[in-house]
Parts: sequence; C-alpha cells; structure tokens
Amino acid sequence: MQVTLRIQRFDPERDEKPHFEEYQADVEPTDRLLDALNYVKWYVDGSLAYRRSCAHGICGSDAMRVNGRNRLACKVLVRDLGNPITVAPMLSFQLIKDLVVDMEPFFAKYRALKPYLIADDPPPEKERLQSPVDRERYEDTTKCILCACCTTSCPPFWANGDFYGPAAIVNAHRFIFDSRDHGADERLATLNERNGIWRCRTVFNCTEACPRGIKVTEAMEDVKRALMLRNI
Amino acid sequence: MYHRFDAVVVGAGGAGLMAALQLRAVNTAVISKLYPVRSHTGTAQGGIAAALANLEEDYPEWHAFDTVKGGDYVVDQAAAETMCAEAVDVVYELERGGLPFNRTPDGKIDQRRFGGHTRNFGEAPVRRACYAADRTGHMILQTLFQQGIKHQVRFFNEFHLLDLLIHEGRCCGVVALEIATGEIHVFHSKAVILAAGGYGRAYKITSNAHALTGDGVAVPYRRGVPLEDMEFYQFHPTGIYKMGILLTEAARGEGGILLNGKGERFMERYAPKLVDLAPRDMVSRCILLEVRAGNGVEGKDYVYLDVRHLGKEVIDAKLPDITDFVRTYMGIDPVTQPVPIQPTAHYAMGGVPTDVDGRVVVDESGTPLPGLYAAGECACVSVHGANRLGTNSLVDIVVFGRRAGRHAARFVQEADLPPLPPHPDAFAREQVDKLLRGPQQGERAVAIREKLQAEMMDKASVMRQESDLKALQRTLGELHEAYERVAIQDRGLRFNTDLTETLELGCLLDIADTIVVGAQARTESRGAHWREDYPKRDDANWLKHTLAYRRDGGIELRYKPVSITRFQPQERKY
Repeated sequence: MQVTLRIQRFDPERDEKPHFEEYQADVEPTDRLLDALNYVKWYVDGSLAYRRSCAHGICGSDAMRVNGRNRLACKVLVRDLGNPITVAPMLSFQLIKDLVVDMEPFFAKYRALKPYLIADDPPPEKERLQSPVDRERYEDTTKCILCACCTTSCPPFWANGDFYGPAAIVNAHRFIFDSRDHGADERLATLNERNGIWRCRTVFNCTEACPRGIKVTEAMEDVKRALMLRNI
Repeated sequence: MYHRFDAVVVGAGGAGLMAALQLRAVNTAVISKLYPVRSHTGTAQGGIAAALANLEEDYPEWHAFDTVKGGDYVVDQAAAETMCAEAVDVVYELERGGLPFNRTPDGKIDQRRFGGHTRNFGEAPVRRACYAADRTGHMILQTLFQQGIKHQVRFFNEFHLLDLLIHEGRCCGVVALEIATGEIHVFHSKAVILAAGGYGRAYKITSNAHALTGDGVAVPYRRGVPLEDMEFYQFHPTGIYKMGILLTEAARGEGGILLNGKGERFMERYAPKLVDLAPRDMVSRCILLEVRAGNGVEGKDYVYLDVRHLGKEVIDAKLPDITDFVRTYMGIDPVTQPVPIQPTAHYAMGGVPTDVDGRVVVDESGTPLPGLYAAGECACVSVHGANRLGTNSLVDIVVFGRRAGRHAARFVQEADLPPLPPHPDAFAREQVDKLLRGPQQGERAVAIREKLQAEMMDKASVMRQESDLKALQRTLGELHEAYERVAIQDRGLRFNTDLTETLELGCLLDIADTIVVGAQARTESRGAHWREDYPKRDDANWLKHTLAYRRDGGIELRYKPVSITRFQPQERKY
C-alpha cells in the first residue's frame, strides 16, 4: 500500500526552524512505522535522521510524536495510523536534527534520583533473599526502557523543565519499593522538594504513552503515598 | 579532538559495562554508538545459566559438559570450565547489584529449563537458567548501567567506531566519529576493550538490532587481527515469521512445543530425549527439513510454536514480553492461537580470538596483541564452539567482560602509554571523506545491503553447500566492487546516519567474506555449520578452529587446535 508521511524536518546546518515535508512510502499494512521511515530514508531521502535499533520495542531508541501521540515507531503498525501519518520529534528537548532530540537532560534527571541499589548491609555469601511478594511490589517499574515517551507527554514537564518527570520517578520507584534497598529516604527527600513528585497533576498522559504498559501514574501515586504516610 | 585515557571500552552492552566496572580505579572511557541502555543485551529474554542448584542438584561440571557438547566439541574446554565455574559467582554479583531475578517461594533466585542444559551429563533437562520474567537481558543491562552511574563511569554516547590504532606491535587507541557533530575523535590509550556485539544484520531474517553490524569485528580485522570460526553462525528456531523477532526458548523451557503443518510434534522424531529443548542448531535444521518435506504450515516455510496448553496465567506471568510481541506484530493471541515461526539469524559464535582473560590473540600459538582485549559476542574465546546454548551468551558477556576488565585494569597500571602512529586519524578521515565528498551519483547502499542480506540468507544460513557458497563468494566480490562506488545523499556533519549506515555496510561486507570463505573450506557438518554435501562431522580433519586473515587479494585461512581437557568428543545425540 502507499502511505503519505508528513515528517518534521530540521537540519541545523541549513534551516532556521523546523518544517514539514511529505513523502510517499510503499509499505505493507503490517509494517511498522519504523519500516516506513526506513523506506523514506533508504529510497527517497537519505538525509532523514532518526534513532532506531532493536525494532521491536525494547531498546527505546525511536520514541517520537506520531499523529500527536508519543509512540515508539517500531511498536506501531502502519495500518493502525490512518493516512497521512504525521511524524514529529518528542516535545521539550532541544532538536539536534529531524526527529532526533538531545536526550542528555533526560538522563541527567534519571541519574539525579540515584537509580541504583543502595544497600550498605554486608552482602551474604550467595544471593540476598527476597520473597516473590516483595519482588512483585516493584515488578511493573522494572520494565522501563527509558524511551522518554512518558516524560515528554507530561504537561507539568512541558510547563517546567526542572520537574524530574515521570521516567526518572518510575526508576526511583523501582528502588524505593525494592525490599533490598535502603535508599528510599534520600530519594523521597529529593522527591519532596519543589521539582519533585508534587508537580504531578495525575493527568495520566504518561500511562497512556508508555509503550511498555507500565502503570506510570499509579507508580507516581505510590511515591506520593510513601511520602505522606511513610508507608513503603 | 584528542583524548587520553588508560583504557577505552568500545560498546556499552553487558560485556562492555561489566569490563568498565572493573576499570573504575583507572581513567576509563566507554564509547558506544548507542546510548548504553539501547544495547542489544537488553533484548535477551530467557535467562542466564548458572549451576546455583537452587531447585535441584546441579554442578558447574554438568554445565561445562553441556556447553562443550552443545558446541559440537569445537569448544575450548578450559575456557568453558572457567565460564561455568564463574557463572555462579557472577550471577550472585548481579543479584547483589540489584538485579530483580524471579524468586522461588523461599526467596532464592528462581531457575528454569532451557535448551541443551541437562543433569548428569545429558540425562534429562535441568533447571539452570536464572531469569527475570522474559526480559533477563533487559534487567542485566539496566543493572550494569545503574552500577555504571553509581561508580561514575565516563560515557561517550553515540560515538561510532572508525578505526583501531595499532603501532609498533601495541594497541594504542581508537578513532571514533561523534555522530551528533560529525567530529572525529582520537582516543589514545594503553588498552582497548572491544565489546561491540554481533553482526546479525548480514542476514535478511534476523533477531538482531539494526545496530548489529559487527563494527567491533570488522575494524580490527582490517588492521590485521584474524577472525576465528566465522563459519559458525547460529539461527534461532523461533523467530516471528517474516520479521525474525525473537520468541524466547523459555517458551519451550516452560513447556511450549513445536508443531508442523500436520499438527505433529515433529521434534519427537529427531531428539527423543530433549524433544523441543534440543539445541538451537538441531531444531532450526529440523524445521527446515519439515518444510522441505512439505510439512510446513499450509505448505509454506514456517511451523508453529504452541504455548496454548500452558494457560493464560503462566503465559502472562512468565512470558509477558513475547506475548506482547505476538499480539503487536502478528495480531494474534498466543493464549488461544499457535504462533507462526521460522529460524532467524541470531548469534555469532565466531569473532575476534581471545584467551580466557579477554586478551586478543593473533596466531595459532595464542600470542597476545598487547593492550587489545575483546569480550562478548564480538569475541571468540571459544566457549560456544559451533553452536551456542541458550542462556550462555549472557553468561559469556558477564564472565568474560569481567575477566577482560580485570586483566586490563592490571595491565594499564603496569604499562606505559604507547606512542601513537603518525597521523592516527588519517585512515578514519579517508573513509569518512570518501563518502562525504565523493561523487553524488553512484551505487545506493540499500541495494547492496538488501542483496547481501538476501544472498547470505539463501546460501549461507542453516543449510550450506559448495555450489551455493561459491556463487555467493562471486556475488560478494561484485558487492564489494559496487561498494567502492557507493554514494550517500546526506553531505552534512550533524547526525548523519546516511554516513554511519554506509560505514556499517562496509563492515558487514568484510564479515560476510570471512563467513563464506570459512564455510566453503570446512568440508564437514558441525553445530550450526551444516554442509549438505558433507553431512557428517569429521573430527579427524576438522576438530580445529579457523583463523581468517585479511590479505591483499583475498583471505588466508589458518587453523589452530581445540583445547580438550576432560570431555572426549562423542557423537552428539539428544
């Protein structure tokens, strides 16, 4: 089938500001949007820039705005997107080129909430024990692939780029609710500050945007409850 | 731009990150063409094998035997024993680093069955694969990246490897392209650890990411480093039909079965003991044999993976990701429908030859190239021989990533900084300038790449024969000629992926040569290398490793012996 792609283009070496261009792609209905982008790049215009790697929704490279919603281009099929398909970069981050944005500020926020196990007790000879119930407590937030679909769909983040945003908080949640971790207090203290969890307005855009099906808003509420009730 | 470090790690998947963590006391850079969390380690699904014996009796010796037999005896047994012994400790280390393994009712790491892993030297399947749902690789990658943040590892993200610097017999750094700016960087260092992954993109149907183009294999090869056992390339039996996306072997470990078009559980005929959990090379071959016998579904080139009888609860709890893949890409539900699958190019057993400390060795007698290390899929230790067992790739990357990192950490503390060659970035600039400033009109990279992938799939995949391989070699010669005239459209410096994709294609072409030449020479069938014209394993002539050297006018093949310590080669039956 033929599909029309309206793609936002921006070449910092030539353009003052971004603009849209239209391309025709020859694809199967069951092709991924990524396949259609590859078609354009490989057969029509080699200068089109976007990130991609695994092509099946695990590496998190190809998050972009598709018909106004954040999606992974490799996890949505052309037949489900209508015609034409409008493709633009994620909001809130500086444009590098075409669909590529600067991800450094995103990872800086992730790092700021200490996304690693903090456990100062002497480790046992073998594994630390953890019951299946305790393991289940943070299962959902371990699925995060750091694609930024949630954070760049979050209205409070659009309004205030200093907000940690849902992705960083999801990864803090993953450790706060891990029974082996002892760093909950310091992470929660950071999240209680002015750019912390209270910027969340429970809009649910994050949950709708997550390509991994993580209940992002629920995780945010878990963190709020933990702060109010000290209930981890 | 010029940088000076003690050590440079190329690649930020499991092997690269594990190496970098050992190097945190010295000045280390990790360069990666992707953000570390995008690395292909993250797509590994089923598990990481280690004889923890949390659920039943198990020993590293049993694991080593399975590894050697799985590799059809062209495994270096001392290396396999090292890997299987250290697997236990390294899994505990990952757990202590925060890895969220699934748990047994008493809180220990849970383990499940996997293809080719057995109790007591082949008696029956054993629970050896430690796992985190069906995203074990994702969890390993996340955990190691998290530890990298904790220990302030210095990352250079989106830097594309262009060249390896070797001068006066020592490795002294790498040259890389900063993708965002187009700037060329020289990293001058005492040691380089290559951990840049595999090259499944040489094939049309593959489970591998677009990024897996073997840069960390082709670049040292061009600098005179030999490549070992390139003819051994694994096809995983259960790729999603036509797309190649992997459906984990854990689906069969949990009880899933394979059915042909007649609804027969055909693996019963080929592997009466392990049935659907026979090793991957065998199962892939059996699928093709069924298809050839007209037993594919609807007479086509696929069969079914059936997990329906496991029930929704087990499927949702233990195989959630692959269920999601099947629903997303095929529009069917594995809870109620069998899934069309076909073999998919998955894993390179061959690569840059190393010893058990990750040191790159450049000849038959194991002479190391000082300062150069390799680990993970781009390396060949060789622990996988002619066919890797499921879950052993994750073992390999963490065990040998750690060993390479530890050895390199000692090396750089004793070694001085070697001098750079004159004009260290000249060859890298030449490659880039040729594309950025060459003629506007020429061959299109996509045409060369698609032809390469289709031909490799057709003639150098699960079944091979001399006439096909000869024809393929001629085709590769034509594709190399076409590549000399390749023209890119994007002439800019910023995020020029037209440029990087075309450089990657050059790597794939060089690698394909070594696969095809090695496969043509090896006139026997062993593991994943199956020659229809030589259907028997031939230990008298071929129980040896191939070394492929790039020479003017072609490839020189040399051979080196296999280390055999305790398991004498026997017929491989399951």
